[in-house]
Amino acid sequence: MTGNDTIAAADVATSDNSLLATRGAGTAVSFEGVVKDYGTTRVLHGLDLAIEPGEFVSLLGPSGCGKTTALRVLAGLEQANGGVVRIGGADVSGVPTNRRDLGMVFQSYSLFPHLTVAVNTAFGLRMRKLARAEAAKRAADALELVGLSHLADRYPHQLSGGQQQRVALARALVTEPRVLLLDEPLSALDAKVRVQLRDEIRRIQLRLGITTVFVTHDQEEALAVSDRIAVMHAGGIEQIGTPEELYRRPKTANVAAFVGLSSVLAAEIVQGVALVLGHRLPIIGEHGDGPAEVFVRPENVRLTPAGASATVQESTFLGSVRRTLVKTADGGLLRLQHPVSERVEFGEHVSVELLPEPVAVRPRES
Amino acid sequence: MSAAATRVAGSTSGSSSGATTGYAPGRGIRWLIGILVAGTFAIPIVSMVEFTLRDGEGHSLVHWAALFDPANAQRYQPIWIGLGNSLALSVVTVAIVLFLLAPTMILVNLRFPHLRRMFEFVVLLPISIPAIVLVVGLAPIYLVIGRSLGTGVWTLAFAYGITVLPFAYRSIQASIDATDIRTLAEAARTLGAGWPTVLVRVLAPNLRPGLLAASLISVAVVLGEYTIASLLNRQNLQTALVVVNKQDPYVAVILSLAALAFAFVLLIAIGRAGRTGGRQRRKQSPS
Repeated sequence: MTGNDTIAAADVATSDNSLLATRGAGTAVSFEGVVKDYGTTRVLHGLDLAIEPGEFVSLLGPSGCGKTTALRVLAGLEQANGGVVRIGGADVSGVPTNRRDLGMVFQSYSLFPHLTVAVNTAFGLRMRKLARAEAAKRAADALELVGLSHLADRYPHQLSGGQQQRVALARALVTEPRVLLLDEPLSALDAKVRVQLRDEIRRIQLRLGITTVFVTHDQEEALAVSDRIAVMHAGGIEQIGTPEELYRRPKTANVAAFVGLSSVLAAEIVQGVALVLGHRLPIIGEHGDGPAEVFVRPENVRLTPAGASATVQESTFLGSVRRTLVKTADGGLLRLQHPVSERVEFGEHVSVELLPEPVAVRPRES
Repeated sequence: MSAAATRVAGSTSGSSSGATTGYAPGRGIRWLIGILVAGTFAIPIVSMVEFTLRDGEGHSLVHWAALFDPANAQRYQPIWIGLGNSLALSVVTVAIVLFLLAPTMILVNLRFPHLRRMFEFVVLLPISIPAIVLVVGLAPIYLVIGRSLGTGVWTLAFAYGITVLPFAYRSIQASIDATDIRTLAEAARTLGAGWPTVLVRVLAPNLRPGLLAASLISVAVVLGEYTIASLLNRQNLQTALVVVNKQDPYVAVILSLAALAFAFVLLIAIGRAGRTGGRQRRKQSPS
């Protein structure tokens, strides 16, 4: 995929595009106590999640947390062992996949190899008994939306990975489905294309107003595009909230560790305040007095003439900022982010200060 | 660079470009091997051709012409009946492969992958059972089939459906392994396709080389089958050839040659079917 393609995708969708003309209010989706077992292993433990119409929700979590299973249950590709899945308020538990009116983009390339891009894109419309000419026109509109009209006559193997996933996106959107499901569609792409397509997906989703569920293990991806993120752990949702909420006020240590970058420091909790490196930091949630560990974001630490002493372990130039790892006097490793103009050298003794931002807490492992 | 140096470079890089390595036989040895192998196959075939051309005094096409002489129609009738039966059996056997075996394999691969090993064992089993042993088990079953479906020769296709299983299975499974059928099927399902559409319009075109090869191999096996038809008292091409051979050995050999030629054409067709997808892909890919 070229940079020009991406620009084209953003700009070419014209006002007479039939897809844009049908922009709707989206459809609500909910999981109510959904349970899924594979043999004797329970992968979803009574999942509860309500998604608003037109919302972009990401299911974020490490491998094996149940996020893909949840998406597949919503798609009807897996049958839940308990609970209810609703689309537009109706229980779809007994409705087969092909009658759920969904669009889905898969992690692996899923275009039909024997069909051209145009025929691939029109496939869902033909399944809905649309006349060939009308299906072709709407498929052309969908390809225009993702900026690939010029590749309509190509076969999938003649496209790059990014182009294939954009065609898959067009194919999923062309039927104007009630819900768009994205199962790690970017994970097979290289870094640059991943960012371009990620932004393109969000832009198109906002224009069409389609309810979207996005499964990813990449927290940066989820933070960049989501209205809300559901962080999953061991078959359940640990926290759901806006990207800002999850980043600034992670309710659990797992969320703090998974979303964004944090340093884990030894602390002492005294009457609801964490004592860390001589600082008193407010804590998120309730925690009893005693030894604990706290999660400190790099942007909440700064170099200061008088503070806790530390030794520089490494310093990385990241373009607009510099990120430095220091070792504190008690042996803890602390990452901080500071202006590029503040240069530090390996082994240099520095002083650091922790800003009084709330920190997530977990019991200290013995 | 000297020839010796070239040879070393070729062998150390593990190149498959056809460079001569120290272990490859020389040109003369290769020709000798080629002639021996070709002769092994050619001598009996050439002898058969020569035999069919004998007319007592010299050589002529008299036996070949006799096969199509209306005056001999009655004499050779069993052959034409046998050929017709074998072709009908081929069609039913291929139908069993395409409409029973292939969908079952897709079902096992998509929905019951844990059964695949056991399924594979069962379908490969017939290759290890001699046809004559198979008939011992099939005979009582054919008594029942005779009572319910009649004693028509086409019912032999049920037995042939079993004998072709190992060959057809291998061809189709190779195509299934080369295709991500799970993702294709799921993508089609989310786009609104029912299972019949998924099978016919999405999976079958992508499994085409395997399905075609399985069909052609099935035809070849059915046309060459003698034991089961003979022991179950059905007439097919091979049993007819044995009958006619007793009256006219020349025409039996002519038809054996024709069967060999047909099998040869089938093998070429199978080879081409397997390669077509790859060649199209290369032709169309941007460079």
